[in-house]
Amino acid sequence: MSATVKRILKPWWTGLSIMVILTVLLGIVYPVVMTGLSLVFPSQSHDSVIINEQGVVVGSALLGQSFSDAEGNPLPQYFQPRPSAAGQGYDGSASAGSNLGPNSPELVQLIEERRAQVAEFNHVALDAVPADAVTASGSGLDPDISVAYASIQVERVAQTRRLAVDVVSALVAEHTEGPDLGYIGYARINVLELNLALDEL
Amino acid sequence: MELFAAVTALFTLVVAVAVTYRPLGDYMAWVFTNPRHGKVESLIYRVCGVKPDKEQTWKGYLVVVLVFSAVGFLMLYGLQRLQPMLPYSLGLGPISPDLAFNTAASYVGNTNWQAYSPEHTTGYAVQMAGLAVQSYVSAAVGFAVAIALVRGLTRSASTTVGNFWVDMLRINLRILLPLSALATVVLIAAGVVQNFDGFTTVETLTGGTQIIPGGPVASQEAIKMLGTNGGGFYNANSAHPFENPSAWVNLFQTYMLIVIPFASIRTFGRLANDFRLARSLLATMAILLVVAYGTLTWFELSGGGLAPQAAGAAMEGKEVRFGIIGSTLFTAATTGTTGGATNSMLGSYTPLGQMVAILHMVLGEVSPGGVGSGLYTLLVLVVIAVFIAGLLVGRTPALLGKRITAREMKLAALVILVMPMLALGGMALSMAIPGVRAEIVANSMTDPDSQGMTELIYAFVSAAINNGSAMAGFAADTPWLNTILGVIILLGRFLVIALVLAMAGSFARQDRSTVMVADLPLHRPQFVVLLVGLIVFIAVPTFFPVLTVGPLAGGLR
Repeated sequence: MSATVKRILKPWWTGLSIMVILTVLLGIVYPVVMTGLSLVFPSQSHDSVIINEQGVVVGSALLGQSFSDAEGNPLPQYFQPRPSAAGQGYDGSASAGSNLGPNSPELVQLIEERRAQVAEFNHVALDAVPADAVTASGSGLDPDISVAYASIQVERVAQTRRLAVDVVSALVAEHTEGPDLGYIGYARINVLELNLALDEL
Repeated sequence: MELFAAVTALFTLVVAVAVTYRPLGDYMAWVFTNPRHGKVESLIYRVCGVKPDKEQTWKGYLVVVLVFSAVGFLMLYGLQRLQPMLPYSLGLGPISPDLAFNTAASYVGNTNWQAYSPEHTTGYAVQMAGLAVQSYVSAAVGFAVAIALVRGLTRSASTTVGNFWVDMLRINLRILLPLSALATVVLIAAGVVQNFDGFTTVETLTGGTQIIPGGPVASQEAIKMLGTNGGGFYNANSAHPFENPSAWVNLFQTYMLIVIPFASIRTFGRLANDFRLARSLLATMAILLVVAYGTLTWFELSGGGLAPQAAGAAMEGKEVRFGIIGSTLFTAATTGTTGGATNSMLGSYTPLGQMVAILHMVLGEVSPGGVGSGLYTLLVLVVIAVFIAGLLVGRTPALLGKRITAREMKLAALVILVMPMLALGGMALSMAIPGVRAEIVANSMTDPDSQGMTELIYAFVSAAINNGSAMAGFAADTPWLNTILGVIILLGRFLVIALVLAMAGSFARQDRSTVMVADLPLHRPQFVVLLVGLIVFIAVPTFFPVLTVGPLAGGLR
């Protein structure tokens, strides 16, 4: 091999060998060691799964799920989550927002339909329906709803379950998480945890 | 109330950045000046045939940057095409040639534009050994180039600008890896998943089923944010609760995006021994970031556009746990860096909010910019500002005792032309070819109106400036868009790097002892105003015409 060819090939060899070493180090050793460390936090690293009283996994505390029947109609005995654009709704293998634009006629129509449906379902006025009840989240897996959206659902859930409104209200209050550290983010309610608590009453 | 939330969130971020600014900046300066090589590093140099104490000229440095990136590109392309043969691929097939090209270009170019939906495309092997590795090394390449430029400015009569292999390896092993490991632990404790479980199906409360995705997410999330990469493990990126589970993690992720770019200004100050100039640069970055955050938050809270008005608030595409403030702060940080991560769907932002996001990117991503790229882009802009200031006051323009001659000015002017040429040129080309235009309008845009134009503008700007965030409604996984955006990403990254290294070499050659010029007072507020003004006046008029047919038209509806 002539000296010129050698000089040209040299950086390629160096680049390739360093890239292979870094791939092993940063692409295999690093994530595997981190996964090993994660055993210190077994629940968090394994999807924060929620287990019901029978010991069966019913979902993840971090992922929203739908509370509708097979036809997609909302079940009145459960608090309803936000609309979801992930697959057919809360599909954990297809996280997504609607990505509809701010002036999209389709989105405006969807919002108006949802508002009418939510108002009728909960027997409240149209303008009592908060924004998070009529908009799809960014992930399509938003586990939370706002305090406002939970509060308009209390009576309907209480009636369906033949519970006192106070009991359901208290449960909602108990499951209301304030902003992180008192000021970061917003008060919110994890729908799955609230509904699970309702079922276990 | 919202004002209080907006200010306290920003204040928390400022305090966090301020606390780490000096120690991290000084530590990084030590990384580049410490003459001793680590044991692991020495071993790697021996195996790979690197002479760590032999420095390269700017041309030599550029050649190895390009060779190293080309190797990374080919390996990533190969991994994607061979996906079915790799372990932990979740049964996913090979990635199509054009998408694999686009993704390889995007990760090697520190852009992390994702034309694909990860859940249905990339298994764990490609994510870890391919995408995460490039997230590390592409950030390191950017940082190395910035340090080469700083060396050029600080050395006197030198033909060399450093050894790329040493710089790149040290950035990976001494800066990015330890910081990422630390961040990973925090993220895991907070609920970001880290496992090899694949997809599990569970029975939900109502008796239906739900698929729960797993994955080594936290380890990848850490470098995604710290390396200002932005390539999400899941399609919803940082909106996904498994990537970004709570409001404080969201703030932490925002911090992770900007911590290294800000601290690298301290590194510059230490290496150049000019903390006063560093303070001017810091002020410039901070002013731009705060103004972008303020206006973006204002527009989102105002809720313009038909859909936000119908809903009562701009909550479409935003998560309840972040709310509007947590979303806009993150978006301001991601468009001011080469971040590209998103925690809320930009395509559903208010029209004027979308305009702010685009404008923030076209300012050149210097607020505070990507890892390394923020520093070198800002230094290029400083060169131009000093030149103009010199003309204004009638003094020979000089920076750190180095004269700014016609050659450096030409290089600087070319640097700021690259992004607009690629973004506007690519857009124009796509709209000028009838078949391509018809396909984009019919299949890629969500609506064939001002919103569709906004999506198109966003895509090309994001690629040209190496941001990588997207209005995800824009269907970009087509052969034309994959190819042209991939090419734009590569040119946007490596043309600028070539010009910056040329400038580094040109400055390094100057003999400071023969250059008898006094610096302009660059630490005064006047210079900060000039620099901020320059950044705004370069960008805004260039992009104003296209913005009028996109977000501005939408906002005036």
